[in-house]
Amino acid sequence: MTLNLDKQLELHRMMMLIRLFEEALEEMFSRGLLHGTMHLSIGQEATAAGACLALEKEDLITSTHRGHGHCLGKGADAFKMFAELLGREDGYCRGRGGSMHIADLSNGNLGANGIVAGSLTISVGAALSFQMQKKDNIVLCFFGDGAVNEGSFHEALNLASLWDLPVLFLCENNQYGMSMASDKAVAGESIASRGNSYGIESIQIDGNDVEAVFESVTSFKNEILSSNRPKFIEAVTYRYRGHSKSDRNLYRTSDEIEYWKEEKDPIKRYIGKLMESGVSEEKLKEIDTSVKELIRDSVKKALDSPLSPITNLEEDSYA
Amino acid sequence: MPELTAGQSINKALSLILESNQTAFIAGEDIGIYGGAFGVTEGLLEKFGNERIKDTPISEDVIAGLAVGASMTGSRPIVEMQFSDFIVNAMDPIVNQAAKLHFMYGGAVNVPIVVRGASGAGTGAAAQHSQSLESWFCHVPGLKVVTPSNAQNAYDLLLRSYVDPNPVIFMEHKLIYKVKENVTLNPIPKDSSYLGKASVEQEGTDITIVSYSNMVNVVKEAVALDELQNFSIEIIDLQTVSPIDFETIKNSLIKTKKLLVCQEAPPNSSVGTTVISKVVESDLFNILEVAPKLISGLHSPMPSAKHLESTVIPQKEDILNAIQDML
Repeated sequence: MTLNLDKQLELHRMMMLIRLFEEALEEMFSRGLLHGTMHLSIGQEATAAGACLALEKEDLITSTHRGHGHCLGKGADAFKMFAELLGREDGYCRGRGGSMHIADLSNGNLGANGIVAGSLTISVGAALSFQMQKKDNIVLCFFGDGAVNEGSFHEALNLASLWDLPVLFLCENNQYGMSMASDKAVAGESIASRGNSYGIESIQIDGNDVEAVFESVTSFKNEILSSNRPKFIEAVTYRYRGHSKSDRNLYRTSDEIEYWKEEKDPIKRYIGKLMESGVSEEKLKEIDTSVKELIRDSVKKALDSPLSPITNLEEDSYA
Repeated sequence: MPELTAGQSINKALSLILESNQTAFIAGEDIGIYGGAFGVTEGLLEKFGNERIKDTPISEDVIAGLAVGASMTGSRPIVEMQFSDFIVNAMDPIVNQAAKLHFMYGGAVNVPIVVRGASGAGTGAAAQHSQSLESWFCHVPGLKVVTPSNAQNAYDLLLRSYVDPNPVIFMEHKLIYKVKENVTLNPIPKDSSYLGKASVEQEGTDITIVSYSNMVNVVKEAVALDELQNFSIEIIDLQTVSPIDFETIKNSLIKTKKLLVCQEAPPNSSVGTTVISKVVESDLFNILEVAPKLISGLHSPMPSAKHLESTVIPQKEDILNAIQDML
């Protein structure tokens, strides 16, 4: 598959948007503007951008505690995300969800989830709705390597396979579940092999190669719709930051982190590829500037927007 | 007006829901050709087919989780936990997902699911198939908890649980599957306002007995004993234990000034203790003539032997003694 230039620039722009969004959050956090913790996906942008841009608006995703990238990838408004993290009424959840619980149904995002593997069974239910409604859409379920040792992962894969549900399981293997290295946590050959054991065609890909992610998701989506079978992708990637803001990175070496930053960074690699294929530095600079402006304006607008009013929260618990 | 057990009346309610709404479906273990472990879904597979009557593997976590995902995307799932004890395997989708998503996502989604299950003791099924776990769910904001006591209110309450836009835990006591009564097959209501309303089963002025689920039937047996025929006893069936209808309890206590609560579940942090604490922390405290009392199951796992099981579950004699003490 050869991508046209517009699609390539779109992928690059989305990765930049995710990274600058999260770097802006880090800065706000260090200035004491944010209440609570957050889980940054810096270094993992290619999986979110590549996967989400391969989907239609009507395709659904379920997301994880490390979900800012998925949310932006599916078309969320950065201003409404900043507003959510700042507890503003204009935030996606009116300040009730925060970093870990942003849902954006208008763009097909069923929501980020604070429970590891919490969204796997939800994705199966959403895929069942698509099957019953005879829709030509899929549910893409993001989860991390930590999720594959939860029981619900196995129950979800088993049922999706038995019932031929249109779901694409996408494991972002960033190699650590908090501090636990996945090679110490996952028995067996590989995470992808677990998909195969449920009769689900599964592949392992380089999750830091944005085009590889885009192409795998595109072709698996087509196959899901033509074969009515779920599929499974393990995308190997790496997070540069700690698990959350309290992490002191005691379980890995700074050499390892530096290696991934220097040699495998998804954005740096893609810029190299784009320039090799003739994209000018000016063009990339232009994208960079426009994303920076968008982030700056969104942060300012969010900081200027009103706090979420204190309503009757007991009543708000019920529909 | 057909004579039905609660299992059969619930079957009629399920059938009515499935007929009226093509997006409604049922999922659970052995609910298809087997008809459900207690026969509640008997005949539904033949009538509605396997696309809407979905037999699942023994996987309670994904049964509840798929209900959450399906309900967020335009379907109306009603799922069965074969024995409500097995709901323990489905706590994450119920407690962390279903109960919270509406609030957590700022009202952007609803999770209109019904999770049904057979609860309660009295069948010799022992510790892992006899529990009354309703109060666990009362502790979780965002859930509603419904506990029918007979075939008629099981039918009506299930329809209202289905109409309700919130996740509902629906606990069917196994002993009400065994009792037949005439049931009026009402149409699906337009709104769910009946959920959260208690029913005054018998009016009286000497004492108020608050109960729910099958224990209401044990209370009625006690109240029918000869020893109590000279007293005027009010019996309230809560029907919904989250939320609890304190208005009805309050109006009753203003008349009777005495409160006895009866439940099969163990006492600690339970529906009964909630009722009593709400009453004594309100103005009603000043009019109570005796200390309120809770008759409950023992704080013990359910034993299998009949004589031991009946030691753990409150009996009509226990209720009689308590009433006599208080009067």
